[in-house]
Amino acid sequence: MTVRAIDRTSSASPTASRARPSYLAGRVALHVITALLALIFTAPFFFSISTSLKSTTELHVFPPIIWPAEPRPYNYVRVFEVVPYGLFYMNTIIIAVTATIGNVICAAIAAYGFARFRWRGREICFLILLSTLVLPEEVVIIPKFLMFHIVPEFLFGYSWINTWWPLILPSWIGGGAFNVFLLRQFFMQLPRDLDEAATIDGAGPFRILWSILLPLTQPALATVAIFSFLAHWRDFIHPLIYLNSREKFPLSLGLRWFQQLPLEAAEPREHLLMAAALLMALPCIVLFFTMQRYFVRGIVMSGIKG
Amino acid sequence: MAVRLQAAPGKQRSLSRAARREELYGWLFASPWIVGFFLFTAGPMIASFYLGFTEYSIANPPKWVGTANYQKALFGGDAQFWPSLGRTFMYAGMIVPIGLAGSLLIAVLLNQKLRAVALFRTLFFLPSLVPVVASAVLWQWLFQPDFGAINGLLASVGVKGPLWLSDSRSAPASLMIIALWGTIGGSTMIIFLAGLQGVPTELHEAASIDGAGAAQRFFRITLPLLTPTIFFNVVIGLIAALKVFEVALVATKGGPNFSTWFFILHLYQTAFQNIEMGYASALAGVFFVIVVTLTAINVHFSRRWVYYEGEERQ
Repeated sequence: MTVRAIDRTSSASPTASRARPSYLAGRVALHVITALLALIFTAPFFFSISTSLKSTTELHVFPPIIWPAEPRPYNYVRVFEVVPYGLFYMNTIIIAVTATIGNVICAAIAAYGFARFRWRGREICFLILLSTLVLPEEVVIIPKFLMFHIVPEFLFGYSWINTWWPLILPSWIGGGAFNVFLLRQFFMQLPRDLDEAATIDGAGPFRILWSILLPLTQPALATVAIFSFLAHWRDFIHPLIYLNSREKFPLSLGLRWFQQLPLEAAEPREHLLMAAALLMALPCIVLFFTMQRYFVRGIVMSGIKG
Repeated sequence: MAVRLQAAPGKQRSLSRAARREELYGWLFASPWIVGFFLFTAGPMIASFYLGFTEYSIANPPKWVGTANYQKALFGGDAQFWPSLGRTFMYAGMIVPIGLAGSLLIAVLLNQKLRAVALFRTLFFLPSLVPVVASAVLWQWLFQPDFGAINGLLASVGVKGPLWLSDSRSAPASLMIIALWGTIGGSTMIIFLAGLQGVPTELHEAASIDGAGAAQRFFRITLPLLTPTIFFNVVIGLIAALKVFEVALVATKGGPNFSTWFFILHLYQTAFQNIEMGYASALAGVFFVIVVTLTAINVHFSRRWVYYEGEERQ
């Protein structure tokens, strides 16, 4: 179950052929091909950034201007003036952070139950958990919507449609099958002697989870937190279904709303749309750069379940 | 690689006190997931199954209509049912093989002794971090026929570019390009890379001493050992492709002329725009059956081509 360090490059090429000129040609070709492919993948970023820095007069020009003569970083500020992007940002942060906290707490507790105790039905429950990993959420989206509409109305007298409850509550009840699975795998790797020693010292199961297992699985918790945060940051279909008033929109809906705004006096705003889209993607990219190793580990762990 | 399940506990009739307490704690700790499963997965699935046999517009209580919804879907009562399903299969049929081949190619490249391999890996991975809404908005402008960067580049080599998202002939392919940009270098590629690094180098060395060329070593050693990883990525990639929705809603709204009106988009429109919850639940039921069937087919045929290390073959 150990995750291999991904940075290790394999030594597939045998040393015997190293001296041949064809070896050198092969190395050069390899770098050229990889660089060309990387260029294709990076080009959309370049053109988007370039567009986001253009003036309105530079937008509708053919052939397109590759890089604006006077880049306008002010466009990024304009986004916040033209649409309530600051509010959308705040909403997204609140939703994503609250849901992430729920996911981590809930998944850690459930994973502990799966990893450390024997109970009748555990194996069958774990198999069901694994199968829900590939179950498309779209299959249950309608009854969930109806449930969040009807049940709170019955209980509290008002529907939860157009509130953040449907976006956050499922994280606090369930924790996400993938997160439970991931943390269970990590808990299983920790020796049981730790628990037994603590039990002898008089620690109860909550205490063992809190002071022994969780501190030792911090990297795994970080992985769960990152993936959960990203999933909620990028989530589109749930906000789309549940929210309809603009002041509750997260970025995903806010950006689409901006995209669909009727054009006033035909003023071009593609540069601002580009800036807005990049502003939405930026935190994901920053998170990746600061937390790279947790990313790779989480993805590789998800592949191991196959 | 498979997850190991511990042996089931013995069938003792009377559990000792300690065992009973362990049982209780187990249920207690696992309960967040168990409750969540019944509340947000199992319960809704049962409700959805029931609603599929009703007519329901929220305003009035569900009215039982028997199999009318399924008949409507399957026998032509819904002009977009079969076309949207066909489009979705076409989309998945294109994007899954191209995506897998692309991810594998990049993983193989990154598994070589490259300079600045970390930089390259990051560059390939970055697009997968962009939220789908954001990448749909970005590509809308890149694909813009009159002023977009892509037709600009094509014009610079003397080619008049197509209308991309604005033409029903090129819109599906344009969406595929957007989706491929966002997935090829992402988690699929990272999983392939991890799989490649699990291929023992001794096998390669032994084969090259025996005179096997690089291509032969790849197809005879690397690829067979990689089949479990490929299988995993096929299953996950196929399900993800069948769910295509967001990019189509944001970049083309299902158009032009329904050319990107995929199945989940049809489901969304039926349920949340037309408020036909009963019929939309039947559509969800159809989708569930399709996903389960295709996954079962995948698993069934995997026995023919997936090789697990240490496995004996008859």
